Formats: sequence, C-alpha cells, structure tokens
Amino acid sequence: MGISHRHQVIVVGAGLSGLRAALEAKKEGLDVAVLSRVQPVRSHSIAAQGGINASLANAEGGHDDNWEKHAFDTVKGSDYLADQDAVEIMTKEAPGIVYEMEHWGCPFSRTKEGLIAQRPFGGAAFPRTCYASDITGHALLHTMYERSVKENIKVYEEYLLLSIVKDANACVGIVALEVATGELVTIEADAVIMATGGYGRIYNKSTNALINTGSGMAAVYMTAGVPLKDLEFVQFHPTSLYGTNILITEGARGEGGYLYNCKGERFMKTYAAKAMELAPRDIVARSIQTEINEGRGYDNEYVLLDLRHLGREKIMERLPGIRDICIHFAGIDPIDSPIPIQPGQHYSMGGIDTDPKGATSLPGLYAAGEVACVSVHGGNRLGGNSLLDTIVFGKLSGRFASEYVKTKKKSGQGQALSLHLQKIKDNIHRLENSTGKEKPTDVRNQLKETMTENAGIFRQKSKLQTGLAKVKELKERYKNIHISNKGKKFNLDLVRNLELEGKLELAEVIVAGALNREESRGSHFRTDFPERNDEKWLKHTIASFVNGAVKIDHKPVTITQFKPQARTY
Amino acid sequence: MVTFKIARFDPDKDKEPRFQTYEVPAEKEMSVLEALFYIVENLDGSLAFRYSCRGAVCGSCAMRINGQNRLACQTLIKKLGSDTITISPLPHLAVQKDLIVDMAGFFDKYEKIKPYLINNDPIPDKEFKQSIKERAKIDEMINCILCGNCYSACTMAATNSDYLGPAALTKAYRFYADSRDTANEERKKLVGGEDGVYRCHTLFNCAEVCPKNIVPTYSIQKLKGAA
Repeated sequence: MGISHRHQVIVVGAGLSGLRAALEAKKEGLDVAVLSRVQPVRSHSIAAQGGINASLANAEGGHDDNWEKHAFDTVKGSDYLADQDAVEIMTKEAPGIVYEMEHWGCPFSRTKEGLIAQRPFGGAAFPRTCYASDITGHALLHTMYERSVKENIKVYEEYLLLSIVKDANACVGIVALEVATGELVTIEADAVIMATGGYGRIYNKSTNALINTGSGMAAVYMTAGVPLKDLEFVQFHPTSLYGTNILITEGARGEGGYLYNCKGERFMKTYAAKAMELAPRDIVARSIQTEINEGRGYDNEYVLLDLRHLGREKIMERLPGIRDICIHFAGIDPIDSPIPIQPGQHYSMGGIDTDPKGATSLPGLYAAGEVACVSVHGGNRLGGNSLLDTIVFGKLSGRFASEYVKTKKKSGQGQALSLHLQKIKDNIHRLENSTGKEKPTDVRNQLKETMTENAGIFRQKSKLQTGLAKVKELKERYKNIHISNKGKKFNLDLVRNLELEGKLELAEVIVAGALNREESRGSHFRTDFPERNDEKWLKHTIASFVNGAVKIDHKPVTITQFKPQARTY
Repeated sequence: MVTFKIARFDPDKDKEPRFQTYEVPAEKEMSVLEALFYIVENLDGSLAFRYSCRGAVCGSCAMRINGQNRLACQTLIKKLGSDTITISPLPHLAVQKDLIVDMAGFFDKYEKIKPYLINNDPIPDKEFKQSIKERAKIDEMINCILCGNCYSACTMAATNSDYLGPAALTKAYRFYADSRDTANEERKKLVGGEDGVYRCHTLFNCAEVCPKNIVPTYSIQKLKGAA
C-alpha cells in the first residue's frame, strides 16, 4: 500500500510562508510537518532582495508613517483590485512580524540610531521598506529556517506534491512523490496548508527559481476543486538582468539608480514625471517595454540601469549582492558600467482563492504566500509587499488551520487516500509507459514562448486567442509525451514532466482570464482596452477546473475606506 | 561543442562511479547548470543533479567542476577556458545518485551549533537596538548559502566525520559576534571541543571554494581566540 504518514497539519512548501505557518501550528500545540520540493533554504523566498514593507517610521521622511498610509499605497498600487479588509490586516500586522523576525535574529541593516533601516521603494512616497543590504529574502529565510530548527519542525525534503485528497466534506491529506526514491507517499492530515509559491517558469523570461513551476497551485486547481483567483495578473519586474533574467532589485532604483534608453534619456519622465524610476512595477515595466518596442532600447532587447553616480561606497554597502550578480552573470561591474536590463516575469498576484484567514472553499485546505490570492496585491503588487504577505498570511493560515483542526469532527480519511493513491499510480504508470512521440522539451519550450509572446506585458484580443489555442494544442500534445528515463531514484525527467502538466493548466487559466478581462488594470494591460473600467471590471476573476477545462466566474472586491480613483504617479 | 565528462553512479546498481561523455553545443553565456539541463532534455534523461535558484543564492547545485568545488549555476562555461569539462559530485560526501550527495551530515553539524539567535533578555516592544558597527561584524558570515562547498573541500572534515566543519563554525561565529546574542559562554563550549575549532589547521581550502567569498577560517580563528 506504499508509505504513509499522519500529521494533524501538513504544510506544503518550506519558504517563508510554509515555515511560518508550521511554526504557528507548532505553537498551537499541534503535530505539524512540512513537505518541500527542496531543502528549506533552497526555496525561492531566498531570492528576494530589496526588502519588506512595514510602517516602522524609522527613516528620515517617514517618521509619521502608519498602517493606513501603507494600506493606501498598497490599494492604489493594486489599481483598486485588492480586498481592503485583507490589506488592513496585512498592514496592521506588518510592524509586529518585522519585529518578531528581528527578535528571531534577522540581520536587518541599521540606521545610525541602531534601528531597522528602511529604504524607498516603488509606489511609496518615503522609505518604508526594511532591508538587510540587498539579500533581505536570504536573511529572512535563513532566520525562519533557524527558528524552525530551534522548534524541531519536521521537514520531508525533496518531495513533489501530486494531489490534494478530499472526502465528501473536507481535505483529508495529500499524495506526494519522494524524489530520492521514486516512491509515492500519502500523508493523512486534518488540515493542509499550501505554501508552494508561484509559477514563473511558465514564461521564458522569468526572475524565478527553476523550481517555480506552479505545481502546488496546479495541484489544488486540478485535484481539490478549489478555484484560482485573478490569475491573469502577472507581474513583470522592470529590471531583470539581460541574458539570464536574474532579478536586479527595485532597491537599486530605491537607492537612486536611473534608467536610460539608447538616446541617453531618463525616459521615466515621459511616463511618471513625479515618481520617475520609483513608480510601481507595472508602470515602469510597461515604460521600459515601450522604449524597447519603439526602437529606443539596445539591440531591441534592453535598456540601461545606471548606478555609477551612487559611487563605490554606497554600492558596496547597500547593493553588494547586485554587484556580485552583475560580475558573475554579465561580466560587468556596476561601479564602472551601467547594467543591461529588461522586464521579466516575476510574481503572480493571482493564486488559490482564499479569505483573509487563508481558508479556501474546501474545509481543511489553506493557502498562504505567492501561491494564494487573498487578495492583498490586486492588479499589481508593490515591491516589498510579497515578503510581508508570506510571513503575515503564513502565520495567520497556521493559526486558523490549527483552530480548524482543534474543532473539527473526525472523518474517515483512510479510504479516500488509498483510493486516490491508486488513481495517481495508474496515472504515473501511464506517463512512464507512454509510447507517444512528443518530446516534453518541445512542449515546455513552446509553452514558455507562447506565454511571453501572447500573454506578456502588452496584451490584445487576437494574440490572446492565438495563445489560448496554442495552450490547448499543447495540452493535447502533452497526452502523447514520452519519458525517456524509467529509473526510480531522482528521476528529473519524470518530475519535470509531472510539473509540466500543471504548467499547461495554469497557462490556460492565465490566458483565458486575460482574454476575458476587457479592460486595463495594474499589470494586465490590453492595448485594445487601454482604460480601467470600474463599472464592468472592478471584480475578481474566479477560475474553476471543470471537465478538464477552465470555467470563469467573478466575485466582488471588498472596498472599505479607499474609493477607487484615477491612479497617477 | 564542449565535451562534458560526468560522473555517473547509482549506489544500488553500480560498484563504483563511471564517467559518461556528452557533447553539448555551448552557447555564449551558458552556465554549467544550463549544460546539465541540455543533457537531461536532449541526451540523457537519467542524469541526476540538484537545482533551484540558478542565481547563486540557494546553494543547491554545488558540485566539483574541473577539479574545484563550485556552484554549477555560477560557473560559466567560457570562464573555465576548456573544451572538456569534468564534473563529479562534491567529494567526501556519500553519493545518492550521480551528482547528488547526502547533505545530512552537513546539516547535522549545522544543527549542533544551535544555529539561531539566543537572547535571554526581556523582549522589547520594538527591535533590539544594534549599531551599524555592531551589525557590520557579521556582514560576511550572513552571506553563507549552506551549499556545502567548504565542508566538502575541508581536509579535516574529510578525515574526521565528527568535525563541525567550516560552514557550521562560520554560523556559530555569526551568532557569537551578533551583539544581540547572549549565549556566548554556551557557544564557546559548543565549538571548543576536539571536534570544534581546534580541528582547523588553517589550510584555507574552505575559503578557496566559497562562492560568496567568505573566509570561514576567519570565523574559526576568532572563535579559537574566544574559546
């Protein structure tokens, strides 16, 4: 019957959200374990650079900061699609969770008074982004992992989640593949918390880790009967390193970096005269892409991010990681040369539809962090708000999942799990023994190309239709893919092809949602509908998996204190 | 074309590792990690290796490339300046398959040194104060990505499996030197025994292979001075 384990709570994903959720469930006295595709410090939270927003009011110019100002900036940044009750929770929790991470040892950079240092970031009028030089994600994730070691959190390392299992009423566990052995494992649990991050690798120019395939999000969509929300809102980071698309932090502009086109113009004056380089990401990414599209880039591919005027000392102190990345991956030193950058897929505003407690429509299934959509980011996330989201909603989902476990009635989960396991075994057996001729690499690469080409920064009806048709074609071709490796241990071929199935489904949701939404809002820009249309579209997209295809519905946005207004910077 | 000679080994089937050769059309800025993906996708789906961030921050893809422990993602083919690239797993660690090694021993050592801030003072409402100067003392150590390059390169760790090794000791010093940590006496005991700092013979093998340019020997010497 294979290997099976039982825990009261199983958290899937060991980045900031997952570890924070597990720590909270442990604090609540529950038997909790984490299951992860990688050793925890290999998770993608590690790659966050610039910082985490909280109204600590430590910095010059920001001494009167408070949660309402942070909430307003977040809502305006979201192009009014964020749910304002959720934003209120996040921004009120922000200072507390930043102090907690500091108490747990996070090595934040400091002000001359010895307080946590804060830097300017896009979409805020003054410094609110707490940072540890330019490795804030690294500093936070290591601290969170250190805490999880202290608290003896059990981690199942190197497992790929394949399926959520439910009985008639509730989520009862998961099925996963142990990558080291190739064995299928069932974990029975009273509550499952999803914290598996985003799907960046659906696009061919992405800042994301290679493990960001969206497999967790797809597993929930396909196997839990839980819908995804607002998946057409894809963030393109303005500054990814040309060539590898490794992230070059917004902090580089926060510290005073300039963007130049090939004519030597600081072109942001045309697009956001006041905020300039520190306009929100959607606006800066579109501006850069416009410059490139209109022939004012270099090689029709990139523009320049210039840090030289900051001087060696400031670069070495505030942006040493960026300098290393440029030296190792582009062969240039930003102290002496401008950095070639282009927009790259960076973040998913959309995700598993949850409420502010992290709860989904399936009792016992919770989600937090990038995999989830509460929604606190709406149509466009502000830089520095994702690290915040991961920890705040990691904690809250851990708390409310624990509350659920303590009050729920026992159900007979064993049977649902074993029935389900058989289904998955059959599926993998079929995949392994497929006599199809399709090369997975072709399907994977064509998917990435079509997404970047047809569902990128600028979108329009005909391209989205082309994209949707292509994704559907690739879904058909996937049925005939051939897996060459029949081995059990560390079978990358199998793992990557299991992930590919989910990528295709998520791609369909993104493109269908983008085609459906006939307006421009936040990161979703339709050249054929260039204006925001609150009358028709101030609502969330809800996408469900019905008979193997996406079905789109809607849900209202929660508006409390900030009435939608024109969004200028 | 660049020739890759890659160590293949499955401890369940093979008595000893063998080298398999692959020809990869190396593009301009291709990294070794990208070449490994080229191989898996086009030449041999059975090759196993670890990967995640591809940007030298996660520590997954440490391996031995042309005789030195490196991160595959951070190693550009053109920089190796060679038409033949030989890759084997990190030395002195048990191989699970091909380029994947068992990191359990490495993380055991990490856990042994109590890798977390200990502060027994009352917790303030806001942050613990720390001056810029105090914070600067741990600048270098906090860059560690726990890739294992140093541990695998350390002659002392290779010959004594109980030695805490350069990464764990750097982590220990990171907390020892943190002005917010109040457990220095305990930390001195944790690193002071014969499997601790005195095992280091200052050969600097660790520093040579660190992808983050950390010098673990510095932390170890500082701890020697204290313990």
